[in-house]
Amino acid sequence: MSNASTKAKSGFPNPLQWLGGATLAMLGEVGRLSIFTAKTMGASFSPRWYPAQIIRQMIAIGFYSLPVVGLSAIFIGAALALNIYSGGSRFGAEQFVPNIVVLGITRELGVTITGLMLAGRVSAGIAAEIGAMRVTEQIDALKTLSANPFRYLYAPRFLAGILTLPMLVLIADIIGVMGGWAVSTLGLGFDSTTYLRNTMDFLTWEDVTVGLIKAVVFGGVIAILGCYHGDKSSAGATGVGRAATFAMVGAAVLILAFNYLISTVLVDFGS
Amino acid sequence: MSTQPLLELKDVHKSFGPKQVLTGVDLDVAPGKSLVVLGGSGSGKSVMLKNALGLMTPNHGQIFFDGVDVTRDQGKTREAMRARIGMLFQSAALFDSLTVWENIAFRLLNADGMKRKDAKERAIETLKQVRLGSDVADLTPAEISGGMQKRVGLARAIVSRPELIFFDEPTTGLDPITADAINDLIVEQTKALGAAAISITHDMASARKIADEIAMLFEGKIIWRGPASMIDNSGNDYVDQFVHGRAEGPIQPAL
Repeated sequence: MSNASTKAKSGFPNPLQWLGGATLAMLGEVGRLSIFTAKTMGASFSPRWYPAQIIRQMIAIGFYSLPVVGLSAIFIGAALALNIYSGGSRFGAEQFVPNIVVLGITRELGVTITGLMLAGRVSAGIAAEIGAMRVTEQIDALKTLSANPFRYLYAPRFLAGILTLPMLVLIADIIGVMGGWAVSTLGLGFDSTTYLRNTMDFLTWEDVTVGLIKAVVFGGVIAILGCYHGDKSSAGATGVGRAATFAMVGAAVLILAFNYLISTVLVDFGS
Repeated sequence: MSTQPLLELKDVHKSFGPKQVLTGVDLDVAPGKSLVVLGGSGSGKSVMLKNALGLMTPNHGQIFFDGVDVTRDQGKTREAMRARIGMLFQSAALFDSLTVWENIAFRLLNADGMKRKDAKERAIETLKQVRLGSDVADLTPAEISGGMQKRVGLARAIVSRPELIFFDEPTTGLDPITADAINDLIVEQTKALGAAAISITHDMASARKIADEIAMLFEGKIIWRGPASMIDNSGNDYVDQFVHGRAEGPIQPAL
């Protein structure tokens, strides 16, 4: 079949052909990512482990993300309190600011903002690091030295992601609530003791648990996307840059998608 | 008396999509011998090496290590093979996040389970073999020169006393004096270990110095092989053009 017959008269590709090609490419990508995820999880939950690598990654992913997570959480908590106060005042519901702030932060905003910030900071960073290792033959060198990259490189990052994200989210939850408390008590006239008592009375374990379940999934998504795109990075600075961009965008989109899916499942189960 | 080759490639083909890179490579190296494979840019030298190492799988053909077929084996047979080989990469491929001694001792620490203290002693001992002092042991690869990185890469390749060592363009990117020093080290260390060596290069000075035998790879096939002393009288137009570095001849320049 000639090229001419596969293109519309305008010279643009045939829309059906384009749609078919894009669908096949997407399915291929989903398949490759699924196989990569299965291999990484298999390496993560079976010996042999590299404890020094896991600790190093926990520090890189968790400890070094504290400033960005803390700053994001405090501003989100503060803005949330202001908006709820402003909106609630239209129907005399200003007193619900502590309740809605703690609910919004623990179930939704704390974990989502933390996930999105780490998609940028961590997922892109992992992709760039692994991508640079790929193009400088360090991953080939690992294999020749009898080290499996899934065990030595990817599993430690995956385990660090699923272990540190819940801790970061807990910290973000506390800082976010304190951001709302600070704005409410310093700027909106709330009594400090009453605000904190309302917050604690309204908060349930389920609210915190929902955020932590999401955090485990988001931690895995961030690490896997970084490793996957780094591993298939093509040569050169452009290839590594593209891997970092794809990792960040892919992780952010998957975090938002999983956030909705997990919320749907948990709400159906009454959490 | 015929000696069984330590490594043998039989009719190895490798293609990437429609592009055929290896079109039937037959090659072998005997224990203790040094074979240099010459070839121009894009001739498939690195792909051949990666197939031999098991970093790529051939589309067709067989690879034997010490008589055992390792062509498609990624399990224990392949690991057993890798424990008996060393590799010096073109860019040295040192791990940025580890110190020089941790790079050298990587296999000892992670595959052989050696204690850190013993592994560091062995790494420093190996550093001395490649004419580097213990003062570089705690530096990172970014803190040492390109020539020193090649020496560290060589130390990493020989530290576990392999029976076969691969050298991928060992002198690329080095000045002639440093390149000659690396060639001397390669000869000295492979002889000291009694190891076989397969080197790929397009550096004729390097090939003359380190080879017992030389083979020429062109368009995915070995087109000539002979003793290193015969390289100037090969009787092969392709080899002659390559050895003398002429643009005119049967090989078209890769422009």
